[in-house]
Amino acid sequence: MGLGDYLQLGFVQHALIAGGLVAIISGLIGPFVITRRAAFAVHGTAELSFTGAAAGLVVADDAVGGALIGSIVVAAAIGVLGVRERERDSAIGVILAFGLGAGVFLLSHYHGFTNSATSILFGSIFTVSDDQIWLLLAVAGGVLVTMAVLYRPLLFASVDPDVAEARGVRGRLVGLAFLVVLALTVTEAAQIVGTLLVLSLAITPAAAAQRLSARPAVVTGLSILFALVSSLGGLIASLETPSVKASVWITTISFALYVLARLAGARVIVRRRVVAPAPA
Amino acid sequence: MRCSRRWVANVLSVTEIPAPPKRTATVALRGATLRFGARELWAGLDLDVVPGEFVAVLGPNGSGKTSLLKVLLGLQRLTSGSVSVCGRTPRRGSDLVGYIPQQKAFDRDLPLRGRDLVRLGLDGHRWGTALPSRAARARVDQAIESVGATAFADAPLGTLSGGEQQRLRIAQALLGDPRVLLCDEPLLSLDLAHQQATSALIDARRRDADTSVLFVTHEINPVLPLVDRVLYLVGGRWAIGTPDEVMTSARLSELYDTDVDVLRVRGRIVVVGAPDAAHGDPGASHHHHPVDDDHDEPGVRSWA
Repeated sequence: MGLGDYLQLGFVQHALIAGGLVAIISGLIGPFVITRRAAFAVHGTAELSFTGAAAGLVVADDAVGGALIGSIVVAAAIGVLGVRERERDSAIGVILAFGLGAGVFLLSHYHGFTNSATSILFGSIFTVSDDQIWLLLAVAGGVLVTMAVLYRPLLFASVDPDVAEARGVRGRLVGLAFLVVLALTVTEAAQIVGTLLVLSLAITPAAAAQRLSARPAVVTGLSILFALVSSLGGLIASLETPSVKASVWITTISFALYVLARLAGARVIVRRRVVAPAPA
Repeated sequence: MRCSRRWVANVLSVTEIPAPPKRTATVALRGATLRFGARELWAGLDLDVVPGEFVAVLGPNGSGKTSLLKVLLGLQRLTSGSVSVCGRTPRRGSDLVGYIPQQKAFDRDLPLRGRDLVRLGLDGHRWGTALPSRAARARVDQAIESVGATAFADAPLGTLSGGEQQRLRIAQALLGDPRVLLCDEPLLSLDLAHQQATSALIDARRRDADTSVLFVTHEINPVLPLVDRVLYLVGGRWAIGTPDEVMTSARLSELYDTDVDVLRVRGRIVVVGAPDAAHGDPGASHHHHPVDDDHDEPGVRSWA
């Protein structure tokens, strides 16, 4: 069966749509994750989507709904407990440890298929259903709209918090809104591609993009592009190589892009101007 | 009207008139008191700052200098008394005030150019996404040029020196065409040449556009030639006047409630014996304390 034949298959098309959507929103939030030093928040919310899923199963037999609602709870908890930047990582660690424990406890009280909870941890991109595609579209649409509204004050508050505050940006509100967007993105990404891949789509492409430009808009564009290339490239490559999983390809491609960007970026960024003499 | 831009142009065209019209204050404080819990930062503060005036705000750590700026930025309410900027109650995000912070270390790979930092001063506080705009770009270009930063405005922010960064900060603060410039230790950790260049730019602005300047500093000497008046805050007490009136042994001893000697050495002011050595001892950096309790409002993160 050739690649063209595969692309006719419904489950392959679903996977490509899902992988593309996840890549776009992950690539979009990536530069802010790095600037705000929120990589651990990404990791924490990704793993905690397991707890949300377990809670969802116990309460309503709905893992995905539980994971999404759980992610908002987690974002709020991180926002409230980690107000100061210095204590944010320890707050995430505290929530993560307790949350995973709670997830295990909840799961022990669930007597259905534990599969649906564990698949949240590892993702299952080739079993994406119609319903999941619609939900993903809705979440991705929400993330895109929120980020469009949030973009400018979020950038200001991320790179220059003191002056942003002085100019009237409500840094805490903007930061909390971003945490919610981040948590939703990460949770959606986690159930499609797995916790492991969340990091390689939400952080690696942005880290590579930063090596190539210092323009915020260009960095965001490149980050989305790299995430798309990794995600779609990885999915297509895995169709051709049944023995290698899509996740392996995706992480490998995004890592390769990062290495290339580092090699190329050494020259791009250091292209610095001649210092003009300061007028006396 | 006193705070409008047109008025500035009028003043420039009528410089022959011997007695200029009495100027309305850009900043007015009446009986202003700020208290955090049991701690009183200052009380009954009366202050009128006129257009083009340069007021240095001095005092030891924790005396409420930064909090005063926050009041004027509309970020902090007075406990009692009144405050107005250009006749209005200070409001978050107002273009009437510009803010210049101290130089800070940006990551080398922060994806932001000098130009982007300046642009954020124009509309970074508004919701939405900044679309490319020729008018905005022209304003940013002009602000960058006016501070002599054109040569390095496109370089990544993290690769710029402290002095270059402060030029961009001034451009950023001037984009909104403010009537009052609030400067919070803008010279801190700059070398002498860049201290002079930075204060010269601030001075030029207030002369050209009649902008009032409130300049919080631990060290009055680098700006002493520019200072019209000094506001000196010490543990709830305050004094206001020209440097010659305030920076005297008698006045500061009274403020600090202990024996303080103010010496004049080669045109510099040296304060000896002030607790917390707020601004004496030129060149010393004991004021650079990691936990500056000037920034004392609970719940506000990283206000430096």
